[in-house]
Amino acid sequence: MTRLDPADRALVAALQDGLPLDADPWPVVAERAGLPVETVMARLTAMQETGIIRRIAALPNHYRLSLNANGMTVWDVDDDTVDALGEKIGALEFVSHCYRRPRRLPDWRYNLFAMVHGIDRAEVEAKAAEIARLLGLASRAGDILYSVRILKKTGLRIAA
Amino acid sequence: MDPLDRIDRQLLQRLQDGIAVEQRPFRAIARDLGVSEEIVIARIQRLLDNGTLTRFGPLFNADKMGGAFCLCAMAVPAARFEAVAGMVNGFPEVAHNYERAHRLNMWFVLACEEPDRIETAVVEIEAATGLAVLRFPKEAEFFVGLRVPTHASSPDTAEARQAEGREAFI
Repeated sequence: MTRLDPADRALVAALQDGLPLDADPWPVVAERAGLPVETVMARLTAMQETGIIRRIAALPNHYRLSLNANGMTVWDVDDDTVDALGEKIGALEFVSHCYRRPRRLPDWRYNLFAMVHGIDRAEVEAKAAEIARLLGLASRAGDILYSVRILKKTGLRIAA
Repeated sequence: MDPLDRIDRQLLQRLQDGIAVEQRPFRAIARDLGVSEEIVIARIQRLLDNGTLTRFGPLFNADKMGGAFCLCAMAVPAARFEAVAGMVNGFPEVAHNYERAHRLNMWFVLACEEPDRIETAVVEIEAATGLAVLRFPKEAEFFVGLRVPTHASSPDTAEARQAEGREAFI
């Protein structure tokens, strides 16, 4: 973890299970991290500025809210055109992220992954159909892998 | 799960925007919602306890911390699914793990501080489970930064993309 110094590491380790629910949480974080509270606040602000911390916020379980269908759409796209088409798919406003990944033949023929969220499967399927139209003949096959369940969600763990 | 009332919904909306690094960070939210700071904190705890919130705290951008990541998949026999999920989740390197409806039914992300650790973690997971792990490292990323919600009926869409998307699918 080249970009974190020891104090940042201590802070990340102290916060990776979440912010203490206290009216003034920073002294509690300071205690956990073994740092002065002024340092904690200054470093958290700095980490937000550099983007290491996106924000200090709630992560909703959207299976419990209304966004019930999460489909990983996968496509077997010509190697010659996959990058150009990937840019187009990644630019679709309903695609949260889009990656080219290696095929693993014979188990797995797909090299383009695009994650689509929707209220239900019908909405995900409509969006997948739009992706299929954009890919056209360059895509030989596609599939949608719906998530059934979150088995674990902790994010990157770093040693204290 | 208890149904969410109006205050819960307002609180969820506010908490997704994030809190500032300032003393008594819940005070402004309490004022906006017209409740006490204690009630805000108690409700956040309840939303965490009942699973409405997965987490509350800093959302780290793992890419910017310089770690190594790899999406992996396994075909797990149904009869062994829970046991294998337990084994895989027991590895601290497994940052996210999803059951998906496919022959390859377990998809997880390895997040390691040291790039070499990805390979050894895969070998250890294969040894522990007796199952092959397919590796899908990202070779190219296609992404346009600015996003807007798809439709008004799901105001959490953009947030879910940012929160889950960018982190869960490295």
